[in-house]
Parts: sequence; structure tokens; C-alpha cells
Amino acid sequence: MAEKISKEEVEYLAKLARVGLTDAEITKYRKDLADILGYVEKLNEVNTDNVEPMAQGIKAKNVTREDRIEILEGTPAELLSEAPSKEDGFIKVKSIFE
Amino acid sequence: MEFINKTIKELSKKDKREVLSDCFSRIKEVEPKLHAFVTVLSGLEEVDRKDNPKSILNGIPVGIKDVLCTRNLRTTASAKMLDGFTPPYNATVVKKLKDAGAIIVGKNNCDAWAHGASTENSDYGVTPNPWDLERVSGGSSGGSAAAVAAGEVPYSIGTDTGGSIRQPASFCGVVGLKPTYGRVSRYGLIAMASSLDCPGPITHTVEDAAIVLNVIAGKDEKDATTSDSQVLDYTKDLNKDIKGLKIGVPKEYFGLGLFDEVGEVFKKSLETFEKMGAEVVNITLPHTEYGVATYYIIQTAEVSSNLGRYDGVKYGFSAKDSKDLIDSYFKTRDEGFGDEAKRRIMLGTYVLSSGYYDAYYLKAAKVRRLIHDDFVKAFEKVDIILTPTAPTPAFKIGEKADPVSMYMADVFTAPVSLAGLPAISVPAGFSADKLPVGIQIVGPHFEENKILNVAHMFEKEAANADWRKNKVAV
Repeated sequence: MAEKISKEEVEYLAKLARVGLTDAEITKYRKDLADILGYVEKLNEVNTDNVEPMAQGIKAKNVTREDRIEILEGTPAELLSEAPSKEDGFIKVKSIFE
Repeated sequence: MEFINKTIKELSKKDKREVLSDCFSRIKEVEPKLHAFVTVLSGLEEVDRKDNPKSILNGIPVGIKDVLCTRNLRTTASAKMLDGFTPPYNATVVKKLKDAGAIIVGKNNCDAWAHGASTENSDYGVTPNPWDLERVSGGSSGGSAAAVAAGEVPYSIGTDTGGSIRQPASFCGVVGLKPTYGRVSRYGLIAMASSLDCPGPITHTVEDAAIVLNVIAGKDEKDATTSDSQVLDYTKDLNKDIKGLKIGVPKEYFGLGLFDEVGEVFKKSLETFEKMGAEVVNITLPHTEYGVATYYIIQTAEVSSNLGRYDGVKYGFSAKDSKDLIDSYFKTRDEGFGDEAKRRIMLGTYVLSSGYYDAYYLKAAKVRRLIHDDFVKAFEKVDIILTPTAPTPAFKIGEKADPVSMYMADVFTAPVSLAGLPAISVPAGFSADKLPVGIQIVGPHFEENKILNVAHMFEKEAANADWRKNKVAV
């Protein structure tokens, strides 16, 4: 199934993940992904008919709580100060529309 | 005062100003060679903490792995993406330590985003092993384990996803405890794989690990996966007699690349337990060999999702000169993520993508249950399970060049993580090259008291062994 990973497949994954890659990186990840996927294919040896998938190792149930306002340690100014680009108390982003 | 190798318990009786001053002198002495910290605080400045004379941790220095958020103190996850990030809030673990009066002296180096088993993936340089500077300290919590082993801090807080506390503890000759999933809050932990991540202590002694767990364990409203099962006094059962204790040894762990010298240390530890009156029982964990494959599907799937938030908009690194928003995402994530993070994002995206989800992710989630059930069945027959912590002692820096061989370092620890079980690595001997070797004690869910008891009794029995006299190289 995963003996070979094509250049197009790596480019498609990079696009889904929003990661720009150089040609050298694409070549490297084609090999790395094929190696790793080749290794994990050993799971096909395991019979998993009628086995329920498990999301985490402990029994957990859904937890709900009242929705309420909590004043955290950080001030709005502190939170905003972490943004790489800002203006007049807002986070600034590049244009979305042409 | 001799600060190196002093335990929390010993230091708690000393003058705290002296303790802190000794701690900083040792950091100053060792750090140029060891690089166990990404950020070291400059000196005896007043830190944001409470004075809590009732707590045994009051005034005791601690190192925090740089994936745990510390308010007003730079937190990088050892990744370039977060180079300038100063969190506006504390992780719950950090808050609990500060409330107990602990003094954070710095942030420990690790593999970037906790991705790795050697700290070689850190964007801030490798942390070598204090016992042999040409070798790795393990990972991902390598800086945390090295800092304790070298006596820079009496204890540190690491995080474990597939072995990231236990394996570096084994490599550095210290104690490392991975609590049950949900025993310790993940709030404020820069997420790697959320169904696996566990913060826990790295210490000189098992008793110290119990002391720290007492402070950091418990339900947290901010982490819905924390358990409301009762938090015990984990120091209470430490000295319980282990006569008649049934120790399960899984036969599958003796293949899988186990080094002979590690196998020797492990066998000697079994003899020690038998001498103490414990009974060694052969058990089987039939799906062991699928642990790493299952782990690397589930973990990378969760990694690709968790790293999706780094977009260069809200905080962290942002690429310059992009033409529009989408271009800025691609450039920020290309320049901000290192090689291993990108590899895991790509792999995780692949196993979750339409057409491959069933064949990879869903399949792995099913095998995960089988691995979990193996342990549950084993615990019907035995009290604890004993294994080597890692298949090898610390390897050389640069030795493991391909990703799969690095992933195999988790072969004995990842299945335990998938099952959500508590486990502790304790020093058990040395290899011929004078490198520490640890053993892993695994217990049923939320029975940290049991593994701490067994580990403590072993540590006591081995207290006068010759290898205990070995000294670090820094």
C-alpha cells in the first residue's frame, strides 16, 4: 500500500498541513514517509475484527460544567503583546481577499 | 555544603538561601558543558511564588521542562517557533509547585515540541549525558534528567508521551515517574499527543518522586481528562514489605533489540527482588511488538492536529514578507518548524487523511485496545510488571540517523503509555562502559502507591551496591 510515496502525494499533504516545503525536503520526506509507513504496516498482521477502537488508556466520561466568566492572571494587554503584528489593540493579519 | 545529589528531603532541612545559592553556583559550573537549560534565571531575584513553610518543597529549587507554561517566563518548547513566547499564565503543575513554595530556577532543554528520544531535535542544541559527554541524555526530557543527574537541581518536572520521562531517567541514572494518564493535569502543557501526554517528576530518589507527586496530582477543572479518583499520600506505602509480591516479566521484552548488558542488569534486579521475597512470574503481552507502530500512528495524528494552531498570527514566530494570509501560514510553518516536527505533521496528516484514516488511524486505535487489554489481563495474575526501561544504555550523539531506529528507543515504554498506565524508571546498574541502566516498574491504573513502594524497596536493597559509587563526568 505505501511502498512508494509520490512527489505529488507529499505536495498534497504539505498543502493540507499548510507547510511550505523545498524540493530537497520533498525528496527527503518521500523516503522518510515510505520508510515509516512501511514499518507501521506490520499492524496488518493483527486481527482487529470486532475490536472497539480506543481513544485513551483510561476510562473517562464526558465532563461538563457551568459556563462562567473567570478572570485569568494575564491581562488583555499581556495576551495581545504576544501577537507578532498588531494595531490599535487588535491583532493584525494579512489581507484575505484580493 | 555539598549540594550535588542531595535529595528534596535532605535539602528541606537546610537554610534555603544557602540551598539556592549552591544551586546557582552548580548551574554556573556545569551548564557550559551540559546545556541542560534553555533559560536559566539570572540569580536570586524574587520569583513569582508563595512562601509556604508547611510544604516540604518550600524554598527548594526545581527545573521545569520548557514545554510547561510559566507566567512571565519565556517558554519555547525548545522550538524556534516559540523563541520569543512569554506565556501570560502558568500550567497547573507550575502553579501547584509555586503554591507549595518551590523556586523555579530555569527551563530545561528537550527535543523540540518533545519530539524525540535524545534532545538532538532541540532547536537550541543537544544536552549531552552527564556520565559521558559524547552520548545523549535521552529524550525528550533529556535536559530535565541531565540537570538532576549533574546536581544542578534536586528535582525537575518532565513530560512523558511515549517514554520521555522514563528513558532519559534511565540514560542519566535518576528516578523518573510517569503517572497514570489523567493523574496530573495537562493544562498549560504545550500539547504533543493529548491522549498520551503526562507530566511527572524526575528525582534522585523514589521517595522524592512520591513527595513531588503528592503536590502535583489531582483533578483539575481546566483539564477534563484529569481523574477524580482519590489522590493518595504517595509516601505512605513506600516501606511496605514486598514479600510475596508477584512480579510479572513479559517474555516479549527479551527480543526487540534488547542489549545484552541491559539484559544482564535486568536479570540481576530480578535476583534482588527474589532475595527480598518477591515471586517472579513469566507473563505474556502478545501485542508488544506492535506498540511502536501503533504509537507512531496515534501520536503523529495527534501531533499534526495539535501543531495546527501555530499560524504566526496569535503568538510565536511569524515569517516576514508574505504576500497574503495563506502564504504567511506556509512560510511561517516552513521556517518555524524543524525537520522532525515537519515529518510528524506530514505523517499525521497522511494517517488522518481521507482514504487512509481507516487503514492507519482506526486500525491503530483498535490495536491500542488490544495492547491495553494485554496489560489488564496480566494484572489479573501479577501485582506489578517489571521490564528494562530502554533496550540500550545512552547512545552516542549523532549515532541514530534514521527516524525509525530513533523511534525504537520507545519500544518498552510506548505500550505502557498507550494503555495509560503508571510506570517508574529506577536506576538498577551500569553497563561495561559505565553508563546507567534503569528498570521500569509498571502498575495498574492509579496505583502509583504500589509502583513507588516496589521501586523504593528495590532502591533500599541496592543502596550499597558497588555501582552506586560511580560519579558523573561533570
